[in-house]
Amino acid sequence: MRGQFALTGMAESAVGVVPDKSPRELCVEVTLNAVKDAGLTLADCDGLITCNAFAEPILYHAEAVAEYLGWQPRHCVTVNTGGGTTFMAINMAAAAIAAGMADTIVVAMADSLRSFMTRDQAMVVQSSSGHPHYEQPYGPTVPAYYALIARAHMDRFGTTEAQFAEAAVSCRAWANQHPKAQKRELITVDDVLQSRPIADPLKVLDCSLVSDGGAAVVITRRALAQEGPHKPIYILGYGEGHAYEHISQAKDLTTSAAVLAGDAAYAAAGLTPEQIDLMQLYDCFTPALLIQLEDLGFCRKGEGGEFLASGVTRPGGSKPLNTHGGMLSHCHPGNPGAMFGLTEAMLQMRGAAQDRQLADIQTTLCHAQGGIMSSHATLILGVEETL
Amino acid sequence: MSRPTPIPTPTEQPFYDACQRGELLLQHCDHCEHVVFYPRTHCDACQGDALSWLPASGEGTIATYTVVRRGVSADFPAPYIIALIDLAEGPRMMSQIIDADPETVSSGLSVTVDFESWSDSIRLPVFRLL
Repeated sequence: MRGQFALTGMAESAVGVVPDKSPRELCVEVTLNAVKDAGLTLADCDGLITCNAFAEPILYHAEAVAEYLGWQPRHCVTVNTGGGTTFMAINMAAAAIAAGMADTIVVAMADSLRSFMTRDQAMVVQSSSGHPHYEQPYGPTVPAYYALIARAHMDRFGTTEAQFAEAAVSCRAWANQHPKAQKRELITVDDVLQSRPIADPLKVLDCSLVSDGGAAVVITRRALAQEGPHKPIYILGYGEGHAYEHISQAKDLTTSAAVLAGDAAYAAAGLTPEQIDLMQLYDCFTPALLIQLEDLGFCRKGEGGEFLASGVTRPGGSKPLNTHGGMLSHCHPGNPGAMFGLTEAMLQMRGAAQDRQLADIQTTLCHAQGGIMSSHATLILGVEETL
Repeated sequence: MSRPTPIPTPTEQPFYDACQRGELLLQHCDHCEHVVFYPRTHCDACQGDALSWLPASGEGTIATYTVVRRGVSADFPAPYIIALIDLAEGPRMMSQIIDADPETVSSGLSVTVDFESWSDSIRLPVFRLL
């Protein structure tokens, strides 16, 4: 599969607080814009994969989006596995093309947790990922689930709250250079430590944003990828890891199935962590980012805190991470959150990331996860020269 | 609104019946002796379907915990302590640590089970520091 499929179009909606469009309308908008970005029309595309929206659930979501556009794609399916959905959907698109079910597929996701739900509704909906009989009755919040992981990492490896805070500081420094990011003002480790306690040891600045927004990409076979206006971005490798659904069933709280996802993706791509130019990881909470850095081999297990505190992930550093600002600072509209890590990777590899453009990004590792570090998907991308 | 409360399935009913009388029961696999939690129809170690309910000691240690400062809803006044408890018999379960000063809680501490009413017909296991 290495190099056989390419991302040729991308689009992002406005993000943050976007009250003037429903989630479905945002999904429609980014679908059309991604197709246009690929130099195509809807008639040139024959597949649509979407993810359902918490703020506007639809039983057959992808069909509803296609219907809205008066489009009858040959392949049309809704996926829903939480945050990991993003890259699982990319892999499903590639697999569908390989199986002859479509030639050119749009993967589009949007949700409006900020403007189309109350804060309390958003909180309850997200915490419903807990087991209804053996977790939810005790009142865990999503930050609380991640706090359990954070505490375990502190107990086992001596990781500090200040080291978790470094993840938020790094992402904010990148968002500061992104004109569309929801939160752009620079923050310090002290700002994070002094911010409102949510679930010890996590403070509000350790937690990702609650946002509106959507993004879409177009994926096609290599033979068709050369015709578009932009540099095709090739899929070099993909992998998944699935350990459990509920955090109380985790066998290991400090090492996740990102190890499995990463190993599979590196093997498929024929690359090592040292050969990755850009990391776009899933920063729903600062400890999740820290553990992924370890599990994906960017530093050794237990040394994620020191890695972040060294500053290498910040602007100017040798290991750029989440250059759009991540879900901690750019936006987090729920399930679509990781889409923006993917579209940012495409911009950086095209050389179109404006003020935050890095020099010569040939490979990017994108990682997403669903549940409470439960299911993982790793996608490794490369430009033509890497094939 | 009220706190989310389980509606037991037939498989789970013995667990909740025991909670109601102040007893913690765990399933033991007749085939491989694995101790199973949460209640299931099949063992999650060997997939065997012969499981027997046996009383647990009610003793455990805190694997990890968090003090929730912003409750999930108005039914959960913060702060409250959520923990993963490693039961003496092996399984891990989520629960609350009750009647404890958050400053005195840490991982590795010993705890013992108690039961608290969630509704007229449901009591759930919670834990106290020993």
